[in-house]
Amino acid sequence: MPQILVEDLAKTYRVAERDPGLMGAVKGLVHRRHRTVEALRDVSFSLEAGELLGFIGPNGAGKSTTIKILSGILKPDAGVVQVNGRVPFTDRIAHVSKIGVVFGQRTQLWWDLPVSEGFDLLADIYRVEPARYRANRDELVALLRLERVLDQPVRQLSLGQRMRAEIAAALLHEPDILFLDEPTIGLDAPSKLAVRDVVRRLNRERGVTVLLTTHDMHDIEALAERVIVIGHGQVLADSPFETLRANVLAERRLVVDFAHEAPDLNMPGVEVRSRRGQTLELAFDPARTPTPTLIAALAAAHEVVDIHVGEPAIEEVIARFYDLHGASEG
Amino acid sequence: MNSLALLGRYYAASMRAQLQYPGSAIMLGIGAFATTIIDMLAVWALFDRFGQVQGWRLGDIAVFYGVISISFALADFVSRGFDVFGSEFVKTGAFDRVLLRPRSPTLQLIGYEFRLSRFGRMAQAVLVLSLGAWAVGLDWTPDKIALLAWTVAGGAALFVGLMILQASLAFWTTESLEVFNVLTYGGVQAGQFPLSLYAGWFRNLLIFIVPIGAVAYYPVLALLDQPDPLGAPDWWLPAAPAMGFLFLAASFLAWRAGVARYTSTGS
Amino acid sequence: MDAARPYLAAFSSRFLLMLQYRAAAIAGFATQCWWGAIKVMILAAFFAASPGAAEASPISLAQAITYIWMVQALLALTPWGSDPEVAQAVRTGSVAYDRLRPVDTYWLWYVRGGAWMVSRAAPRAALMLLAAGLALPLLGLEAWAWGPPAGLAAAGFFTVSLGLAVALSSALLMIVNIVVAATLTDRGAVVLYNPLVIVFSGNLLPLALYPDWAQTALLMQPFAGMLDIPLRLYMGQLAGAWAWAGLGLQVFWVLALILVGRAALARVMARLEVQGG
Repeated sequence: MPQILVEDLAKTYRVAERDPGLMGAVKGLVHRRHRTVEALRDVSFSLEAGELLGFIGPNGAGKSTTIKILSGILKPDAGVVQVNGRVPFTDRIAHVSKIGVVFGQRTQLWWDLPVSEGFDLLADIYRVEPARYRANRDELVALLRLERVLDQPVRQLSLGQRMRAEIAAALLHEPDILFLDEPTIGLDAPSKLAVRDVVRRLNRERGVTVLLTTHDMHDIEALAERVIVIGHGQVLADSPFETLRANVLAERRLVVDFAHEAPDLNMPGVEVRSRRGQTLELAFDPARTPTPTLIAALAAAHEVVDIHVGEPAIEEVIARFYDLHGASEG
Repeated sequence: MNSLALLGRYYAASMRAQLQYPGSAIMLGIGAFATTIIDMLAVWALFDRFGQVQGWRLGDIAVFYGVISISFALADFVSRGFDVFGSEFVKTGAFDRVLLRPRSPTLQLIGYEFRLSRFGRMAQAVLVLSLGAWAVGLDWTPDKIALLAWTVAGGAALFVGLMILQASLAFWTTESLEVFNVLTYGGVQAGQFPLSLYAGWFRNLLIFIVPIGAVAYYPVLALLDQPDPLGAPDWWLPAAPAMGFLFLAASFLAWRAGVARYTSTGS
Repeated sequence: MDAARPYLAAFSSRFLLMLQYRAAAIAGFATQCWWGAIKVMILAAFFAASPGAAEASPISLAQAITYIWMVQALLALTPWGSDPEVAQAVRTGSVAYDRLRPVDTYWLWYVRGGAWMVSRAAPRAALMLLAAGLALPLLGLEAWAWGPPAGLAAAGFFTVSLGLAVALSSALLMIVNIVVAATLTDRGAVVLYNPLVIVFSGNLLPLALYPDWAQTALLMQPFAGMLDIPLRLYMGQLAGAWAWAGLGLQVFWVLALILVGRAALARVMARLEVQGG
């Protein structure tokens, strides 16, 4: 039995619409117009204990709805959800004792309290046995390098320090599953690296199952072995990340610097992506146009200064993927 | 850790947080004392000019005023979470975090803040009640003390119920409805005088819709050993504060409906 | 004219902004109706309790009721604390930007504060006039209604005096703002300003109903000009030479408080600049 099982999940919101202005507010009291939004339809996947899954998709695709259902704070309209053999929203208190959740943009610590006092309070809330709590806390403090901030009020922490404290706070009660919603949003580069490092170690060393949503494809690249792409409330892909990249875009990129103004190239199977000054960026399929052939053709016809071969950025892979499925935003 | 002990921990943490700015906490307390004690200044001026009203003296009014104010101060210590529920929990989505913790939402919201500055209001209420009781020669026998405790408990339950009702509506409106201040602060204002001073429609409102009269007027009559000039039976006077608990129970129904709505709409 | 432009602009932008908060205005109106109704009923009970004392009272019950409705209508003209915009600017440190503008900080805050009060008061006063001045008589409740001014002269004096009341309230608001700027908090000594305003402006109880021995002092103090003097003029309680004296008292306090406020603000700002704030 998988640790997380989701079958044919569906969720529809009714959104009240209101005319602007005072009259609209008054009319809204008497009669409301509603518009239905299909947040999820037919979402199915499962997750074994110890997996690290990345969840990606544009805003409004259904990522947060899925996380909210899995964490027990939202009831689905239809479908099966089981986490650790429990149905999250009917067995909320037992369920949330076993999961940890970090929202990147919200704090669960107390703004005016020192970090350590917030931890103490959480241990009371989660009924963590005192000896276990102390052991956990000390381990997490060491792992997340929180020694120096323990006595500071949360409001004085930098964003990076705060996010590390948040992750520790979510783990004090030893959850089996950690939900991370945009954990690196707004962080500077070193803090992002630190957060990724911690998540990886928690997953590898302590066997915590991690479900991560993010907009930062570097998070996915650094962490996730498996990726679910969600769009328009549906699972568009569920595969290892490298497979996703290979399947969606077998494309290569070639950036060429010329000694003169970049020529207006017109070759079959080669797309000019940009032409600026003496630089030309080309996209091509190496299966149809072998890379050496293309380079040789360019060098023969023009005076080439430099050549750089690359793969498309991950953001582009995903954007292209949405285009293929008609799932882009808007 | 059981719920009561946890509530204690919540409040200890909340007080430490407020005491990070001790000057501010003290000044707010003094301010709360000063802004509420002036109510009695107006009452004193009226009695100075008119002598009595329907046979009531200044001391009687002070007892009415003190009892309802103590009830409100008690409720006000613990109800901050419900007071700001719309703007700070529903609108921001922070209620998600409440649902993610393995404790009842009600407990977490009551534990949200212990408002230290309300000691100013409590101090003024106790002072006014003591002076009023002294002026009318009220004898604090054990049954009078028990009646006072019962009355104040019922009153606090009513005010907490009003604030829970206000918070419940925020599940639908996503705003904190300030109009509710009419019923909370306005209820204290209305409850500090005997109901017999008011017009009939207003009296009925305060008995049957928002039962302020049941937690102030009737039991205070019993406290003062006075029959109801409006003719309510004597057994009802000390029993009336039960209405406060009924109101609280009813507001919990609304609260549960609100939480159910939140978990099915996510907003 | 050109010199006044920045101040006019500051006034009108704040005024239009505040007018948008309709929900707050309606909530405020409901609260004030409730408060007004309680006070009216209580006063009526006291007046009915001892006919002798009611006869001797310096204002009649009808006048007291009009007074109470007008206090509720004009409540926003007697702010109970500092201008929230100034308090926020002090908290966030953006007070420095006001120093960078090529305008006089005192007058900038003064007109913005005035706009804040008038824009909050205007819709509430209109609603209250409709409810207590029009709806109550139409419902046959003339005895409980907001009555008309004592006469044409009273109406004229009231109008001028109301303008002076706004000027006075703005000057008092500035004193509070300056205390906030000096102490860097709106939770400090400022909280004691609240009860002073409520009692001494006449908000809590018409000043005339306090004991007779206190009357002269109550009339002379600055807060009376915020509400009580305009309302006495409206009811014709201050008429003839006394009416001019009432206006003179308001003018005196406006000028005195502006002078004090300007001197104090200059000192506070000099200190803020030294601190490099």
